[in-house]
Amino acid sequence: MTGRGGGAAGAARPATATDRLQRLLALVPYVVSREAVGLADTAEAFGISEKELVDDLNMLWCVELRSPDPYCPIDLSYEGGEIVISEAESIGRPLRLRTDEASALLVGLRLLAELPGPQDRSALRRTIAKLEAAAGEAAQASAHVLVHMDGRAPADVQARVAEALRLGRRLHLSYYVPGRDEATERDVDPMRLLLLEGRAYLEGWCRRAEAVRLFRLDRVLALTVLDLPREVPPQAKGVDVDSGQLFRPSPDDVRVELELAQAGRWVADYYPCEEVTDLGDGRTRVVLCTPDTRWVRRLALRLGEDGRVTAPADLAAAVEQDAAAALAQYA
Amino acid sequence: MAMSRQKTERLLSLVVCLLSSHRYLTAGQIREAVPGYPEAFDSFKRMFERDKDELRELGIPLETGTNKAGDEEVGYRISRQAYELPEIVLEPDEAAVLGLAARVWRRAELAGAAAGGLLKLRAAGVDAEEAMQPGIEPRLQTSDAAFGPLWEAVRDARPVSFRYVAAGRSVPQLRNLEPWGVVNRHGRWYVAGFDRDRGAERVFRLSRISGAVAFTGSPGSVTVPEGTDVRTTVRAWDEAPPAVRTAELRIRSGTGLGLRRRATAVRPCPGQDGWDLVGVPFSDAGWYADYIASFGADVVVIEPVDLREAVIRRLKGVLA
Repeated sequence: MTGRGGGAAGAARPATATDRLQRLLALVPYVVSREAVGLADTAEAFGISEKELVDDLNMLWCVELRSPDPYCPIDLSYEGGEIVISEAESIGRPLRLRTDEASALLVGLRLLAELPGPQDRSALRRTIAKLEAAAGEAAQASAHVLVHMDGRAPADVQARVAEALRLGRRLHLSYYVPGRDEATERDVDPMRLLLLEGRAYLEGWCRRAEAVRLFRLDRVLALTVLDLPREVPPQAKGVDVDSGQLFRPSPDDVRVELELAQAGRWVADYYPCEEVTDLGDGRTRVVLCTPDTRWVRRLALRLGEDGRVTAPADLAAAVEQDAAAALAQYA
Repeated sequence: MAMSRQKTERLLSLVVCLLSSHRYLTAGQIREAVPGYPEAFDSFKRMFERDKDELRELGIPLETGTNKAGDEEVGYRISRQAYELPEIVLEPDEAAVLGLAARVWRRAELAGAAAGGLLKLRAAGVDAEEAMQPGIEPRLQTSDAAFGPLWEAVRDARPVSFRYVAAGRSVPQLRNLEPWGVVNRHGRWYVAGFDRDRGAERVFRLSRISGAVAFTGSPGSVTVPEGTDVRTTVRAWDEAPPAVRTAELRIRSGTGLGLRRRATAVRPCPGQDGWDLVGVPFSDAGWYADYIASFGADVVVIEPVDLREAVIRRLKGVLA
């Protein structure tokens, strides 16, 4: 069961006898709880081929207990592609949720319930209550995993993004780019609302850049839902949120090397680094790849003696000029 | 493959057999009823022991006991009430948010658990579609290797030890913790609990744990104190203190937007065209000086003096 429909985690592990047992124990109630189920739909729901499903059904049908009198507790048929279980004996209901299973689902639901905006809050509350009741004791451990989203994005911004998505409308954004200390104006055709690494992002087709862009909602200065339909071009591809890397380095990026003292080590935690090398004595070298080095100049000023740009040389020189110009203001 | 198939058949028969019986069945009775066990009693015993362990790992509540006082040999059964997921009926909107919630863990530590739980709920008749609610994609990441063992420790109430690189240090130190909870705050994972060496409540960032997390006690040996709210603990530890002081800054027109967003007062700078005087609240002079330094020649601190000097120090540090 591990990893089914669940991406990478455990996907490489071959199915074991107990994986298959879990599937068989879910398969019987899946069919019993529905009025009519076909082979094709059921196979799809379980993420297996029709051939594998038929093999599962045959295995269930062949279960035989020998004592006190021999009998076959499960009776079923799948003639004409429709599965009918006429005798499910004692396995007609699914197994209870394990602690891990109940916790994973409840933590996910509570995360959704914490998001600002008027989305299905009542549905979330009802689902959480029902799941807690059904999970019983297994639900208790979930109270020890908590997720707290960054609340700095104004609730109304997120609500209006959700509204534009629902209505299929274009947005106008006034957006702050801290790396350049700029407010930018742009029209964006919204694609998705992403909640990643504790932050909310609008993913959309930026009409100014003519490309897909991610906008952090806490950096939106103003936002208007326009009276225009959203027009996302067919070539627009959303980011792969499951790749584990939101911002992909491009071959055109500048490769920046920084040497950090102990007090500047946070940079390695905070920014996606291509390389992190321990230089001893608490010093660290990091390599960042970026299409625009203006934010690195600001970062270097902020770091002072705790970090130094060591490459490229022209960037290092620019940082020194920036610092000298700033100091001249205090002269 | 054939072995695995035989094993699946045997385990399935065993589950059905134990669920169907109201009485405790002895190992001997089980061997007679369930096909697939070897003849020799010793090898049967070994295989049966392994099978019991595997069923328990799946969360199947295998009970041991005797049918009446005086019975010498213990028997086994699975109580249907303990086995069966209680009735759960979800409306379409509820099933939709459930499908969305299961996706939160995709790519993360509990992905398999979320998928397994969803499958059981589907088996109970819930039609949770994975492709629900297009337009919103929530994800949690658990790239810290310590997440898995710490979640297990919290779940099973077990103390742990690990090596930890505290902020401002370069050498990891061994810490002994009774974990109370794991918290994700703004995308970063923390564990909060009772630090046995410090004798006090402490919070640790998972990304600063170096090496493996070891269990140092048996399940159930950690008690979370009544009224503990780990989220508040982590927030108090993590959050910047509230703004208490005000700085006056000279900011070039059209720049310093990050500072202006928090401004309490903005007016044109007398006698200096193209500059504004901006009042902003701040708390920690050191941190705020670093932030102001990042604006370079566009922002100048007028007062307070300690902030002004901290910025000058920062900028001189760049040239040092």
